[in-house]
Amino acid sequence: MKSYAPSRSSLLMAPALAWLTALMVVPCALVLALAFFRRGIYGGIEYTFTLENFGLVFDPLYAGIFLNSARIAGTATLIAVVIGYAAAYAIAAAPRRLQPVFLFFAVLPFWSNYLIRTYAWIVLLNREGLITQLLRWFGYTGEPPSMLYTEGAVIAGLVYNYLPFVILACYAPLSRLNPELAEASRDLGASAMTTFRRVILPLTVPGIAAGAVFVFVLSIGNFVTPALLGGGRFQMIGNLVYDQFLTANDWPFGAALAMALIAIMLLVLTAQALAADRAAGRIAEAKGGADG
Amino acid sequence: MSAPRTLLAIDKVSKNFGRVTAVDGISLDIRENEFFALLGPSGCGKTTLLRMLAGFETPNDGRILLDGRDIARTPPNKRPVNLMFQSYALFPHMSVRANVSYGLEMERLPAKEIRSRVDAILATTELVALADRKPEQLSGGQKQRVALARALVKRPRLLLLDEPLGALDKKLRGAMQLELKRLQHEVGITFVIVTHDQEESLVMADRMAVLRDGKLLQCDTPHAVYEHPVDRFVADFIGVMNFVPGRATDDGVLAADGARIVGTVPSTLAPGAAAVASVRPERIRLFPSAQTANRVAGTVEALAYQGLDLQLHVRTALSQKPFLVRVTADAADRRPVASGDAVELGWDAVDVRIFAD
Repeated sequence: MKSYAPSRSSLLMAPALAWLTALMVVPCALVLALAFFRRGIYGGIEYTFTLENFGLVFDPLYAGIFLNSARIAGTATLIAVVIGYAAAYAIAAAPRRLQPVFLFFAVLPFWSNYLIRTYAWIVLLNREGLITQLLRWFGYTGEPPSMLYTEGAVIAGLVYNYLPFVILACYAPLSRLNPELAEASRDLGASAMTTFRRVILPLTVPGIAAGAVFVFVLSIGNFVTPALLGGGRFQMIGNLVYDQFLTANDWPFGAALAMALIAIMLLVLTAQALAADRAAGRIAEAKGGADG
Repeated sequence: MSAPRTLLAIDKVSKNFGRVTAVDGISLDIRENEFFALLGPSGCGKTTLLRMLAGFETPNDGRILLDGRDIARTPPNKRPVNLMFQSYALFPHMSVRANVSYGLEMERLPAKEIRSRVDAILATTELVALADRKPEQLSGGQKQRVALARALVKRPRLLLLDEPLGALDKKLRGAMQLELKRLQHEVGITFVIVTHDQEESLVMADRMAVLRDGKLLQCDTPHAVYEHPVDRFVADFIGVMNFVPGRATDDGVLAADGARIVGTVPSTLAPGAAAVASVRPERIRLFPSAQTANRVAGTVEALAYQGLDLQLHVRTALSQKPFLVRVTADAADRRPVASGDAVELGWDAVDVRIFAD
């Protein structure tokens, strides 16, 4: 096959590169630069070089918020992966012609606005919300349970919002898995559970990893869900950054926090990319199916 | 010599998927240490039958007796039967050795025994040098040997093979046919092979069953099926056959043009009924003697030289399709024929098979 001349491929990539440079690289560089300046006494920026902002990131108060965010994002990721993998497994096992229908319903929430979806959870979890009313309808007469503005509400919101990513990411390798592999395992004497653990799971791990990274990265930097469902009481890094820029008016510190967040995300993404690379070989083989 | 022992008895087994009947009341006995072939065109039910033997499908009706015990409802991991999949279904994330060890690990055998049994089967299948490879690093023939080793190492009572040679190219297939036969002899395990390739079952099987539309048509040795097919379909499906349509008479078939083909008429065929007389290409002689029972004049339309023998297409008044004639290269040398030549064909009454049409 004839290979494209480099000039043509760079021409094809130019719009995307220009877009990314203007809207991604330049702003990131600006934010990074900002992090090395001092905060002015009355807000604003004092253009003298300092590393103080980065030092402050490691202050126990803020490091604690980082850890808390990682914990909340980690919990949401775990729950989303378990629910999402199960759903993807069920969809992949459904009759072929029904699978696109189920997938459509799985991603349907994406078609509505993120804010509206999150507000819907407020309606659900409110003290006199739908869940409380449902409990009442079943004869519950006690105090309405306090569900909104809890860490659980934040986690539920994150899981709900990012679940479709996990379903899609896990569905891809599951649907491509040659069903004869599971049959071969059974034929060789393995129970259904052992077959899952030793054959199906290892061959679909890349899908799980891709979905998990998606949920984790999007969750740890999220500020809308913790603000709305956490009621500001459970601060995550996203809220903190938001506060620094819009409330505290400390842009340099906000920039340093944002950079630390980006560093964490890059770390997670790199680890996943390396793992996916290693697993690529076995996926290529697992795709082959029998046609007979 | 004692009669061969029955290992597997398939007893009036039926299976339907919704309104489609895939297997329709099949009864078969498979004997100990036999190389048995299930043969038929695609959709004949042979794969469904095989999957019922492996435990991936449950019959709607009938029994499957292995050593006298009904296993029709035993799950696949609980029966001493192993299947070699058409796609081979090797675990892509495991090495050759791990693939072969898998089945023994499931039996929770001691590690030492697993290692020695795996080593032995890798040696038998000539895979020792490839033990640490991943399936993606193997050729088609090597994958097939791994799949075989993985199933054989379990020492099943019965090994099922689903189109085992289907994925190989023609030359390799010929070699593997003999290789499979040799292995089967060596390990002393009963093989049941599913194939749509009649040549494959003629070469490999001790006995074969011909299936069509979920029904068993004939079950016998390849020689018997080839020489005495039970009906027109089997005669046509196995090997090559020349057919002459006509009406049954007392001693043969009256062809449309008034010519008579002499042969033994089955008692089930009433005189005057639509019938077809048939003869194999290798039973036909060019320029027969005057005593030959069946003789017909024709014109050579095409010749194909095939090394050992010569294949001729001869146009006659007996049938729409030209007659296929196979003569040895020797015979062709003695009296050469060319395209366009007028020839006479002849064959004996004993070589004629007559079926209802």
